[in-house]
Amino acid sequence: MASGRPSYREPVKILINLAALRQVRWYEHFTRFLLGGLISVVAGLIAKAFGPTIGGLFLAFPAIFPASATLLDKHEREKKQKAGIPVTIRGRLAVGLDARGAAMGSLALAAFAAMVWKMLPHASSAKVLGGAFVLWIALATAIWRVRKLHVYLSRRSRS
Amino acid sequence: MVWVVRFLIGGTIVSAFALIGDVLKPKGFAGLFGAAPSVALATLGLTIATEGKLYAAVEARSMVAGAAAFFLYALACLYAIGMRHFKAAPATVALLSIWVVSAFGLWAAFLP
Repeated sequence: MASGRPSYREPVKILINLAALRQVRWYEHFTRFLLGGLISVVAGLIAKAFGPTIGGLFLAFPAIFPASATLLDKHEREKKQKAGIPVTIRGRLAVGLDARGAAMGSLALAAFAAMVWKMLPHASSAKVLGGAFVLWIALATAIWRVRKLHVYLSRRSRS
Repeated sequence: MVWVVRFLIGGTIVSAFALIGDVLKPKGFAGLFGAAPSVALATLGLTIATEGKLYAAVEARSMVAGAAAFFLYALACLYAIGMRHFKAAPATVALLSIWVVSAFGLWAAFLP
């Protein structure tokens, strides 16, 4: 494409952008560490107080999603402000994309939980947790790929 | 002591998944890591060690309902912030009520 914009005809590549780490400040890492630690302790305390059926719900609590979404919104706005654009909804659009990804990831999260539930009483703990994690990555990526393919095919049929 | 260990392991694993999400592109793919089984990986190993496998399996059964509630929460965030352009910070926090209602609703319907 002469315009330099990505085309739906080009395959979507998954890239690693280490430069993005420079945007994240130390207190933002600390906030996520704190929230992750807290929800792990709170899930355990709830299980102790109300039993594992209630405590288990909190193993899928979206603990750091609000913090990550807020950071993403802020970083996108800062990028635009540096480029001289003071008001933008780009950050909110980026959070929308992040939320769409999280929705797909949560379907795979349910599969992770179902595998642990069914297999844990019958097999080695390490194998079950490792296998369920591999299942999560494979399924989440497959769901994301299928959606991309669906978008590609529907745009091609319209053009 | 076990709670300190749980806090440190939970914080480390959740932060590690958040870092992976930070460096991946495109953003839609990175968003998958917002629903990574980070808290579960951090705590299930400890739960198995202290309470046994059957107890952890019961927790995992409830986690299926928690993940379904997460799905509804993420869709609500997509609609409110990505489409209706509400501010990210208050919207993501306020919509946690959807997770709470859905998770306990599913629990009451299928799991007690």
